[in-house]
Parts: sequence; C-alpha cells; structure tokens
Amino acid sequence: MSKSITFTIDGVEVTAQAGQTILQAADAAGVYIPRLCAKTDLSPFGACRVCTVLADGRPQAACTQPVSEGMVVESEIPKVQQIRRDIIEMLFVEGNHYCMFCEKSGNCELQALAYRFGIVAPKYPYLFPQRELDASHPDIFIDRNRCILCGRCVRASKELDGKNVFQFVGRGPNKKVAVNAEAGLSDTDVAVIDEAIDACPVGAIIKKRTGYRVPIGQRKYDSKPIGSDIETK
Amino acid sequence: MSLLDIDDRLLKLVELIDFDKSPIDDIKSFSGPVDIGLIEGGCSNEENVHVLQEFRKHCKILISIGDCATMGGIPAMRNNIPLKECLDEAYINGPSVHNPGGLTPNDPDIPLLLNKVFPVHEVVKIDYHLPGCPPPADAIWEALVALLTDKPVTLPYELLKYD
Amino acid sequence: MNKATKAAVTEICSQYGNDRGNMMDILRAVQERLGGIYGETIDIIAESVSAPRVEVESTASFYSFLSGKPTGEVVIRLCNDVIDKMYRVDRVAAAFSEELGIGFGETTADGKITLEWTPCIGMCDQAPAALVNDEVMTRLSTDHARDIVASLKSGREYYKLPHELGDGNNAHKLVHSMVVNHIRRPGAVIFADFQPGAGLANALGMTPVEVIRCMKIARLRGRGGAGFPTGLKWEFTHTADGERKFVICNADEGEPGTFKDRVILTERADLLFEGMTIAGYAVGSDAGVLYLRGEYTYLRRHLERILGERREAGLLGENVRGKKGFDFDIRIQMGAGAYICGEETALISSCEGLRGDPKNRPPFPAQKGFLGEPTVVNNVETLCCAARIMEKGAAWFSQFGTKGSAGTKLLSVCGDCDRPGVYEVNFGTKLSEVLEMAEAADPAAVQVSGPSGEMVAPGDFDRAISFDDLATGGSIMVFNSKRDLLGIVAEFMDFFIDESCGYCTPCRVGNVLLKERLDKIRSGQGCPEDLDYLQALGETVKTASRCGLGQTSPNPILTTLANFRQLYEALVKPATGELLATFDLESALSEAKAIAQHD
Repeated sequence: MSKSITFTIDGVEVTAQAGQTILQAADAAGVYIPRLCAKTDLSPFGACRVCTVLADGRPQAACTQPVSEGMVVESEIPKVQQIRRDIIEMLFVEGNHYCMFCEKSGNCELQALAYRFGIVAPKYPYLFPQRELDASHPDIFIDRNRCILCGRCVRASKELDGKNVFQFVGRGPNKKVAVNAEAGLSDTDVAVIDEAIDACPVGAIIKKRTGYRVPIGQRKYDSKPIGSDIETK
Repeated sequence: MSLLDIDDRLLKLVELIDFDKSPIDDIKSFSGPVDIGLIEGGCSNEENVHVLQEFRKHCKILISIGDCATMGGIPAMRNNIPLKECLDEAYINGPSVHNPGGLTPNDPDIPLLLNKVFPVHEVVKIDYHLPGCPPPADAIWEALVALLTDKPVTLPYELLKYD
Repeated sequence: MNKATKAAVTEICSQYGNDRGNMMDILRAVQERLGGIYGETIDIIAESVSAPRVEVESTASFYSFLSGKPTGEVVIRLCNDVIDKMYRVDRVAAAFSEELGIGFGETTADGKITLEWTPCIGMCDQAPAALVNDEVMTRLSTDHARDIVASLKSGREYYKLPHELGDGNNAHKLVHSMVVNHIRRPGAVIFADFQPGAGLANALGMTPVEVIRCMKIARLRGRGGAGFPTGLKWEFTHTADGERKFVICNADEGEPGTFKDRVILTERADLLFEGMTIAGYAVGSDAGVLYLRGEYTYLRRHLERILGERREAGLLGENVRGKKGFDFDIRIQMGAGAYICGEETALISSCEGLRGDPKNRPPFPAQKGFLGEPTVVNNVETLCCAARIMEKGAAWFSQFGTKGSAGTKLLSVCGDCDRPGVYEVNFGTKLSEVLEMAEAADPAAVQVSGPSGEMVAPGDFDRAISFDDLATGGSIMVFNSKRDLLGIVAEFMDFFIDESCGYCTPCRVGNVLLKERLDKIRSGQGCPEDLDYLQALGETVKTASRCGLGQTSPNPILTTLANFRQLYEALVKPATGELLATFDLESALSEAKAIAQHD
C-alpha cells in the first residue's frame, strides 16, 4: 500500500496515493481536468497541454506532474481556463476539422472539449494546412487533416499492442504521424482490432465502413459534456 | 433555411420584428439601419465581401450562422488547393466538362473568387456565432429571443453543435 | 539501390555496434556517405540495429543536417541569422545562387553541390558565414562565394578550399580554420593561463562531498542562462541511486548570437575536460559525454587530440591521476543541427539516438537522465569555472562578481559595434560598459541572451549583467538606430517556428500564430486590438509550453511590446471601413486576378 497524500484542488481537499499524477488523483476524486493526450492505460505524455494547472503557483501539465503533500492545485480558475481554451482553439485552426462530415463527430474528444468550453468560433485565423491521407489499408484509414499530434496511437501501439505501427516524424509545424512502412499503413502489421486504432481521440484514425452508425442524439457527447463520467463518480 | 425550422415561432417573431433585406421578403438591398443581421455562408468571392461590408454598415449586431460562416465549411476544402487548380478542374479538366475552347470564364461581371474561403469573422467584425451544419433551429430562436429581450446570448450545451 | 551502397550502410551500422543507441553516429555517417537518408536506406539501418523502420525515420527526420532527399557531395549552408543579414548575407546568397545556377534547398543538376540556409552557426562576430560541409567560411563576400564555387567546380575537395588561417588553435593543423577567436577581453577565470591537472589534483585530494561543498561556497551557478546552482545539481546526482552515473557537457551552443563556447573549445578545451573530470569525481561517474553541436564538427579532431593527451598524461582513463577507483573517460557525441538539443533533456534524448524531444520532468536528469541513470548536464563555461574553482579556491572565485552572481561571465558581443567578439567580464558589469568596450557607436536596442532573452531599450542600458537583473547565456546583439527592430523580431519568430520540436501544442501552433499577426502588423494591416491579441497569445505560449524553448519563444514579441511599444503603435491603426484591418481584399484577390488577367 503506497503512502497516502493530501492536497487541494481549487480549495477542496483530496486524498491521493504517492506517485499518482495530479490528473490520476483528480480523476479518482471525481474532479475532471480537461485533457486530450492523456488516456488511462497509456504512459503520461504531456503534449497537448490542455490539462495545464497551477501547482503551487507554477504551470504544470496535470498528466505528468506527480502530487505532493500539501500541494495547492488551481484548475477551474479564469487564468487556467483561458489557457485551455486557447489551446483547444489552436488545435482547431492548426488542422482541417470539418465536423459536419467527420465520422467521429459526436464522439470526438476535441469537439467535445470545445463544446464544454462553449467555443463558437476560434479567435485565431484558420491555417488550412495541406495534410496527407492514407487509405491504403483495407479496414483503416488515416486522415491527417484531423490529427492533433497527441501521440495516443504511438503509445497505444507500443505499450498495449506490442507493435510499433505509428511514430512521429519531422519537427515543428511539419511534425506528423508516420507509419512503420514506406508505402503506407497496408504494409504494416496493424490490425483493425489494435488498441492504437481506438486510441485516437479525433477522426484521424478511422475504421472503414463504421462511420455514422450511431444516430445523432445518441452519440457519446451529444447530450452529456466530456468529463461527466468522472464528475458523477 | 434553418431559420424556417423555427416553425410556428416564426409567426411570433414576425410580431416582434420587421424583416428588411432577406430571402423571406426577397428584398435585395438594405432600406435603412437594421438591428440584427444574420449571415450564412463563407466568404469566397468579391461579391461576398461586398455583402459583408453592406451588412456591417447597416446592422447593429451581426450573427454568423452555420459552419460555412463560422469556419468556411465544405467550400473551404478548396483552401489547401491552389485556386488555379480548382478552376482548371471545374472548367477544363473535370471528367464531365465539355469546354473545347479551354477557357476559364473571366467576364468582368463574374465576381472574382478569393484565394481562399474565409470564415466571415475573418473579414468583418461578427458579434455572435451560431455554429452547426445546420445550426439547430432552437439555437437561432434562443439567440434571437435573448437579443430581443436584452439577455446575454449563451447557447445551452445541447444547442452548441458543429454538425 | 545497388549492392555496394547496401554494403556501405550495413558496414556503417556494424562499425557502431549495430546499436540503436548510436543512432546519431550511424545517421551522420550514412548522411555523409550517401548524401541522404530515405527509402531503402532506412530499412537497412532499421534491420541492422533491430529497430522499427519508423523509429529510424523519426530520428533522421528531426535533424536539419540529415536529409530525407538526396543532397550533393558538398552542402553549402549559409547562415541566415539576423546578424548575417545585417552583414548582407543576401548578396552572398545571390552570388552562390547565381554561380551554382540553383536556389536554396536545391542541388545542382550534376548532383554535386547543394545550397541551403542554416540558422546561427556561432560565427556572428565574423559574419556572413557559411559551412561548406564541416569547413567554416567566414567574412564572406560575393567574390569569396564565386571563388568557392569555382574551386569546387574545378574538382577541388571542399576541405582544401584556399583560405587564411585564424589565430591561436584555429591555425593548428587539426583545426586548420579561418575562424578567429576575437578574445577582446580575457578575464581571470576562463582565459587566464592554465596548467592541466592542477585543479584536478586538488579535487582528488578531497572527498566528492567536499568538492561539491566548494562549488556551493563559490556560489557557482549554471552559465547557460537559467543559473541553477551547480553544487546543488552535483549533489542531487551524487546522492541519486543508479547503476552508473554520467556527466554530460552541453556544447550545443545554438542560441543565435552566442559563440563563446566555440572559443573555449578552441582555446581552453583542457580546462573544460578538467572540469568534466572533476564533475565526474564529485558525482561518482565514470563516463563523460561532450555533446558537440554539428556546426562545430571542424573542432572535433582538435578536441580528440586533447582528450588523447589527457589520457596519456593519466588525467583520463583508469585510476585518474593515480586515484585508485576513480576511472573516468570522455567521448564526443556529435549533434546534427537542432537548437532544441541545447535543452538538457532534449540533449539527453539526442545522446540516446532519439529525436531531440525534451523529456517530461520529473524525473529530473539528476535522478533519471542519460539511459535512465543519474546524469549531470552542465554548460561548457560552467565546467570551466568548476575546474578553476578547484585550482584557485572557492573564495578566490567568489571575489569576482556580485553576491548573487559570483565569478565572471563570457559574453559574445556582435552586431552594430566595432569590436565584436568575446568579453570576459565580472558579473555586475553594466550593459552600457559592455557596449562601450565593444565600441558600439549608436546602440538603439540590445538583444540580451539571444532571441529567447530580452530586447533592451537604451533607458535600461545601465542594468547589470547578473542572474538577478540581466541574466544571459552570453549572447549580446547590438542594433543601431537604423535597424528595423520588428523585422528582427519577425526573424526571431521564424527561428523558433523552425526549431520547435513540435511536441506540445502552444509552442508548435502558438508561434506560427504570433508570427502571422506580427506580419500583419508589419505590413500595416494591424489594429490596436492586435497588440492585446499578441500579448495574450504570447502569455499562453509562455505559460503552457512544455520546455524552455516554448516558454521563451514569445519573448521577442513580449519584450518589444514592453520595451519598444511605440514601434507597434506607429504601425497599427483602427479599422476605418467595415472590413477588418487584417483582411486585405487586394491580396485575397491576387490569384483570381492573375488567372482572369483583369487589370
């Protein structure tokens, strides 16, 4: 049994286990901290920065920062909420997100976060980048227009599937997800049942012939905001 | 068109407001100052820019309605393809095109296309956005009621949708 | 791919033990041999080192000196930082382009010569400068450019290009470079005379804990810019549990405008290696790594020679200087063109053969660093200071400087001044004194600590170089009153966009957005609200970014908004008509007009 730790999130006292990250401890306590790159069962990554909090006054990613005794975490304060909102808007303008025909719409975590934050239009100009598709695989396609570079597919393939189907190449604005074959996804050992496929929070990795099956109104985030499951624990 | 989806509430609305320039009364130009302007569609050619200017000039409050207006929508899918390629595909190379002259229409009366489709808020100042494809009729109704009753325009969770 | 090429790649891999940990060395060697890393080459490397193909591609695609397409046998990389631009690198570029008949990013039709831009190569005091493969050409004129191309075209080897020789060790046969040191002002700590072994002897006479205590008493702080207390860093590494411990020297001097480490590596490498050895003794390490930026490849043989001499003198190797049980040796790890690798955890990633992505902290390198073991990463200058402290004593060292900032600081001064070069000054020296020493006649703005630092206005020139006031890794760029400061800010933002690793959202996207709006303002399409927009966006990037690069990347904009606000205010104007100031109808119609051929 690991040591018990007490700290506060927005003034509310929370008990956690030593070694837990702020995000893990908050989840266990029923406090939702927004996140995109973090996913249960995957190693902490710290890339999207949506889970930024102030820990003892310092900005930290809740998904990588361990809790410590007496730590004061500020999450739902205007300064932090503004940062999260800015980051979500950045992700929208960075890619080409056409929700109106995306198979993931209604189940997309990026879209759901924007709903939760009440974003109606980003304050940043759309960048409309040129991105590549890979439809070579019979059962799976990659649409990089929608990719937010969260690395969930990269980690899931490695950590859960025991494969190395995905990895990042390039850097800066040219960074993208590549696959473990020169020709494309069909030349890799990816399988449609791989965890890496389900790990995608947006519509960048999609199983073919499964889109639009759930009617509007019954999709994951149609009526309940993302994070509700944690908050109602 | 989503405006029509507010159904019989349209009759209630008519009692509270006058339609100036709109597809409903088919008036093409502003007859004077207006309180609220609703804009749908992205800004993709010089005429659209002109319309936006007219709206901004005559309306106290501008609302962009629908994903095309708020983010460019489907027409914006041309934004990462050079304009020349788009026109060539449409008028010269497209599989169903019969254009022996191989000319792209360039009559000065045809409005020129912009290099890309702009969300309207990147062209003129927009006061409120109602996203969605189409936006829920209730969202339009709620927003108009809020404005008419001097309340803040906030969309409840169920009415803020991008699809 | 033919058999011989395949065999060459396989041989390179086996030469490096088919070890994916040596990926940087393998990729550099393959790049040198084949002029690019792509297609089947990646498969062969992946197979040889038993790594997934995409992992090899991931590393190779990260570094700007490694190419994903074929390049020539000779690659001319012309430095495009702001100082080089002030020294009219554009003319030199035009001459290269014209003589070669190609643009930048292109290779001559015969496949022999490639022309590229590269960010700061550490030669700002002798700009414009270029790398011709690993050969450094400085103070370039258009005539030089034409001569270089003519020589190369006549079949001369790139390393036999005719040039003058620089001073000091630059003229040594193992360096044989035209680079000059420009040591304008030697100080007591770094550039005073040095006897190899003296400081080490004193250190080995103490316990490691006593050595660490000396660093604390001397109040030595890291010279890279952040100023973390060195003694504390060593103590953390000393007390951390690990199978092995490592000492890494960060010689990835990449901050534009900095070149002082280059001069230390040229003239005081012995002092540096002594500092690394002392650090090794203090933290309990047997292995040191000098991470040398790819741009300084020309210094490698010289550094290897000094390492060899120290081994022969018993100052490296088993039982260093006769101290039983203290084994320590140093190897050189080459970088391959990535500013981010100056960040200590990114540097560790690179040493491990990975992309230069920074790592999540905690754990800190002192707990889990290189290969997951406790690691101390220090700046070149810091380690030199440590050696000197052991030689002359903590009290001797802390007599220089101020209470919070003990010792001296090396400054690399460049730009609009008559005496650019390296100055060793006591901490506490005022910026105005530095400008006077460097004979800056008309300083209107000074960029202190490079793009990641601060643009200082004349009203603040009496501020002091110290950790508590003007903290700097050493870069001092002087701009006179005729310079377009916001143009310089734009250059700095381009630099950060190019050098961002792309790992986290705010840095990857935010810098692009900052630059977009800055460009709008500079072209007269900005309104007063855009200044608030830049401020808010800049603060989000600064606050939410994952590493030091992102946390400082908005500084060019934020510090000029604070210190040179009038420059922005002069450009922005409230929108007059209905259209937003940022929307420009003419440019939005440019393509259609060209196609329709209307006016």
